[in-house]
Amino acid sequence: MALHRLSFRLRQTVTHVRSLHTSGCGQQLEAVAVESDPEPFSVFRTQENNPEFQSEKHLGQYYTLPSAHISTVFPHGLPWRYQQQVKTFNEACMMVRQPALEVISYLKKADYSKPAHRYIFYGLRGSGKTMSLCHTVHFCHTQGWLVLHVPDAFLWVKNCKELLPSSFNTARFDQPLQAAEWLRDFKITNEQFLLKIKTKQRYVWTKREFTEEGSLLGQLVDQGISRVKSSSDVVGAVIKELRLQSGQPESNFKLAVAVDGVNALWGRSTIKKEDRSAVEPEELTLVYNLRKLMNNDWTGGAIISTVCQTGSLFISKSAYLPQELLGETGFDNMDPFIPVSVPNYSEKEFESCYLYYMDRNWLQHPQSLTEEGKKELVFMTNRNPTMMERLCSSL
Amino acid sequence: MALSCARTVGAFLGKCGNCGSAVSSQLSRKVPIRPLSCSSSLLRKNLAAAGPEKFTAEFIEKQVEEFNIGKRHLANMMGEDPENFCQEDVDRSIAYLFPSGLFEKKAQPLMKHPDEIFPRQRAVQWGADGRPFHFLFYTGKQSYYSLMHETYEKIQNLEKHQDRLRAKGLFSQDTKRISLGTSRWLTKDEVDVLLVETISAHDYNRFIQLMERLLSIPYCAGEEEFVLRYRRQLEAQSRKQMVPPLERDDRGVAFSTAEGRRKTSTSSVVLRDCGAGRVTVNGRDYLDFFSVLQDREQLMFPLQFTGTLGRFDLECSVSGGGRSGQAGALRLAVSRALLSFLSEGDVETMRQAGLLTPDPRLRERKKPGQEGARKKFTWKKR
Repeated sequence: MALHRLSFRLRQTVTHVRSLHTSGCGQQLEAVAVESDPEPFSVFRTQENNPEFQSEKHLGQYYTLPSAHISTVFPHGLPWRYQQQVKTFNEACMMVRQPALEVISYLKKADYSKPAHRYIFYGLRGSGKTMSLCHTVHFCHTQGWLVLHVPDAFLWVKNCKELLPSSFNTARFDQPLQAAEWLRDFKITNEQFLLKIKTKQRYVWTKREFTEEGSLLGQLVDQGISRVKSSSDVVGAVIKELRLQSGQPESNFKLAVAVDGVNALWGRSTIKKEDRSAVEPEELTLVYNLRKLMNNDWTGGAIISTVCQTGSLFISKSAYLPQELLGETGFDNMDPFIPVSVPNYSEKEFESCYLYYMDRNWLQHPQSLTEEGKKELVFMTNRNPTMMERLCSSL
Repeated sequence: MALSCARTVGAFLGKCGNCGSAVSSQLSRKVPIRPLSCSSSLLRKNLAAAGPEKFTAEFIEKQVEEFNIGKRHLANMMGEDPENFCQEDVDRSIAYLFPSGLFEKKAQPLMKHPDEIFPRQRAVQWGADGRPFHFLFYTGKQSYYSLMHETYEKIQNLEKHQDRLRAKGLFSQDTKRISLGTSRWLTKDEVDVLLVETISAHDYNRFIQLMERLLSIPYCAGEEEFVLRYRRQLEAQSRKQMVPPLERDDRGVAFSTAEGRRKTSTSSVVLRDCGAGRVTVNGRDYLDFFSVLQDREQLMFPLQFTGTLGRFDLECSVSGGGRSGQAGALRLAVSRALLSFLSEGDVETMRQAGLLTPDPRLRERKKPGQEGARKKFTWKKR
């Protein structure tokens, strides 16, 4: 509850002119009645698999992600444990929760001729920020947007196996492996757009290789995938192209930038140069280009992100608010943004989760099927989604 | 070390006027006072042969005198009234003058009346002509047999009294018996100490049998004082649990506070009857504080046991120790705080479940010559 009030206060200080979605946050979760829903099977499932048509009626209910969508939209986007769960249960069910629904409603109503809005999901550890992000990304995909999804920005600032000095700017460093992987995922997700969008500039990679102006974006991406050495620069080029083109009237796509762990871009990194001095994030090409995208100087899209403590470096475990995690520079860069708090499950959501696990025969322990067992689960997990999932996997 | 301690204490008190305190003699009683020219080997042989120390009556008297004088000197030193200087004051003064960092109470300096220090010993049993005083001296266990005789005499007297009453026709079975209350017979060692001589287990059993026979006679009420001399009161085991009081705060919500300890952690818990089930530990969320499942289970146990899981709000504070000790301390505190909300039967079940028992286990000391408390170094055959 305190988190909701905090988000209210933060929201009042944001000076955006937009209509606030007035369904409020959190108070009427219990009051939402589950009547006249078309599914006869269960209380916790909904047949409404399109995020566009989900509304407060479906709060707390699980909808199924079509498996075709998962392989295209989320090649590496979903959290690892969730992927395991999908494999086990043979279906990908995600809960419709208030924060994601809120951001989706903002996206529906936003004016795309204005600079892009920045949404940040924040919350305690394991409260469902990444899942909310994925839900929103799924919505953007079903709406036919171009999705630029960075599954975990922290992967770019830690454990780098190969660090090359950038060919473009000698002060910066390239990460060919991460860039190539990201380009591959990008290609899988946005196949149809890559065949339509044309570059506006000529890019020279080496003495022999260059990309002509007006060539397809797909070609650019292929170039990056095949020539791994220049993949980071390709990423930079892609980002630049998309940023330039997204607001223009002739381009008929909307750009959704989804970054998980956006506080990585302004934090510290554990990568070290050869002389053992630390590398600043802005010295990395990928991070530098992504930061340019984070500025809201482009139109025709939205930036959705999460701030995460789990993978973060040199941040204390108890920090979860955007200001603590983004730091001074990050906050200045991202300000003004719309913070959306992701709390633990409410009673209704917890009930729904519990029924889902029971339905999937995931809870094998006889005690867990009783009322007392449920109360115990509530106490042990404090209604935290991750804790609930971890605890139930051992039951 | 004892000697040096004795010397300092003796010298200290001796400065105030030649009193030669009882402390020094008490501390040195284990080592015989001999001239230093003796070799240590002779000392060792004599110690083995001597057996328990024998103190003469005059020696004991002298010790008592010295103790009293020493007490007066001590009172003067402490600036208190020598007339009303009792044993507690003596203990307090000694603890003040000779602060000891030792944990073993018996190793700390003490100044007590010689009767408490020197074991009671038998005075010489025979006169100048060699004739023993007691008629049962040649049994070998004179006090034991005299006690048995005395008891049997009392039994016989009571039976004679009974016969007389029966003859008169006033005999009745329901007379006032000796009320033993919660007491037990003296143990064999205690009887030894009382009689100042060792008796065998067989003798002790015969004695107890005789006493039981005395008790079985009606009309034994007259010998109550005699019988109670040989019984010891048991410590009353407090069955009552200390239930913390139930208070109400401004909003009318009932709450109770309790504390608990485990290993080196202390905790205090405020249990509020709100109906929310929120738990805060040291101001943080308990999911944050106790990341390990086991600790949260420990915290949950009292509530789950009494079936009050979602009913109470816990506001805990804990310090010291490690995570498991803190969890245990919190569990005890929560159980104690819950007592004020439960009925008698529930309190009893909680006690039997072991929720209210403080866990006395502490970390065992590492011993020299070993790796840890129990682990030994690798054993080498040669």
